[in-house]
Amino acid sequence: MAGSNPSTQEYISHHLTNLTYGKLPAGYVRDGGTLESAQWTVAHSAQEAADMGFMAIHLDTMFWSIFLGALFCWSFARAAKAATSGVPAGFQNFVEMVVDFIDDNVKSIFHHKNDLVAPLALTVFVWVFLQNLMDLVPVDWIPELAKIMGIHYMKVVPSTDVNATAGMALGVFMLIIYYSIKQKGVGGFAAELAFQPLPKWALPFNLFLEIVGLIAKPISLALRLFGNMYAGEMVFIIISLLPFYLQWLLSVPWAIFHILIITLQAFIFAILTVVYLAMAYDHH
Amino acid sequence: MNINLTLFAQLISFAIFVWFCKTYVWPPIILAMQERQKQIADGLNAAEKAGQDLEVAHQKIDAQLVEAKAQASQILDQANKRAAQIVDEAKEAALTEGQRLKDAAQSDIEQEVNRAKEQLRAQVASLALIGAEKVLEASIDEAAHKDIVNKLAANL
Repeated sequence: MAGSNPSTQEYISHHLTNLTYGKLPAGYVRDGGTLESAQWTVAHSAQEAADMGFMAIHLDTMFWSIFLGALFCWSFARAAKAATSGVPAGFQNFVEMVVDFIDDNVKSIFHHKNDLVAPLALTVFVWVFLQNLMDLVPVDWIPELAKIMGIHYMKVVPSTDVNATAGMALGVFMLIIYYSIKQKGVGGFAAELAFQPLPKWALPFNLFLEIVGLIAKPISLALRLFGNMYAGEMVFIIISLLPFYLQWLLSVPWAIFHILIITLQAFIFAILTVVYLAMAYDHH
Repeated sequence: MNINLTLFAQLISFAIFVWFCKTYVWPPIILAMQERQKQIADGLNAAEKAGQDLEVAHQKIDAQLVEAKAQASQILDQANKRAAQIVDEAKEAALTEGQRLKDAAQSDIEQEVNRAKEQLRAQVASLALIGAEKVLEASIDEAAHKDIVNKLAANL
């Protein structure tokens, strides 16, 4: 538990609050004073972060996700640079295994010619996996370290931030729309939305059904990952409320189980991305 | 669960990472793997082909061996035949030579006999003359009677 013995409630909500940089409106009552004009600042509490509304950005989410994404790009690009048709060794072997795994899965799902889908799936898989992996770092380590450095909020698992998962899902959604229109034309895509599953006379009903179905794709992508990781993180936080000599009894089995979850969730996100794009290509 | 600008910031970083992966990570790795796959396939094909070649070479060797054996036995047969022929020829030559030698010896002997007979005849003639001289004790014209005595001797 955190040093100054905060209440359980405070401890949990502290762990679930992002380091938020955003705009507070003029007249906002803060730290006993009142803001004279609207101000961009780092939120001092969960309430302030919530009051910033849409004009705010989660610095911790951005930092960790970009750090992990850069780590992925750097390490894989290094392996790619060293890649030859000779005998692979060490890290290159691992990278090739991952690439081969993704390639096999993409080939079995996506049968059209497209050189974006496979690297997209690889990026999603590895990036999401790395983000999820941060969940296995004991919940207090990095936040306590940040506190020493003067940063009071630090949520280290980007995929427990719905913005991160929804950001990726939004990207996938845009690609779904793009490829649908590219493959079928605007008319074809609209016809697909309007003239099925029922005949033309049920156009409004069809449109409603298909659009819900379309929008459900990114939302389910985003919320599935977010929900799983948020819940997993929550369990770790609750376990860390136990006396320290008992924590391992629960945290070790949960962490081992979590290894499966984080891999599975990364895999599901990547595969569903490919499936959705394959559906965008197919004519129904 | 505050939706805010982070959403778009994440969207942008996602796009950048995907672009990076598509440009710098995926193609070289896939290329290297495909190339390796091709090399391995080529290697396996070459090994298979070498195996087939070996099989063919074995068959060729077997065929050559059979041929060589046949040739060898043929040569042996010929040699045997030739040897027999040479022996036969030698035998024949020896027989002929023997016959020739025998004939020569025969003729020599006959000549010797004839010569001996001639001498004998001559001596018998002269002996007969001497005998006749003694018997007659008279002088006979040697020249006149020589023909008679020679005729006598020729009848011996």
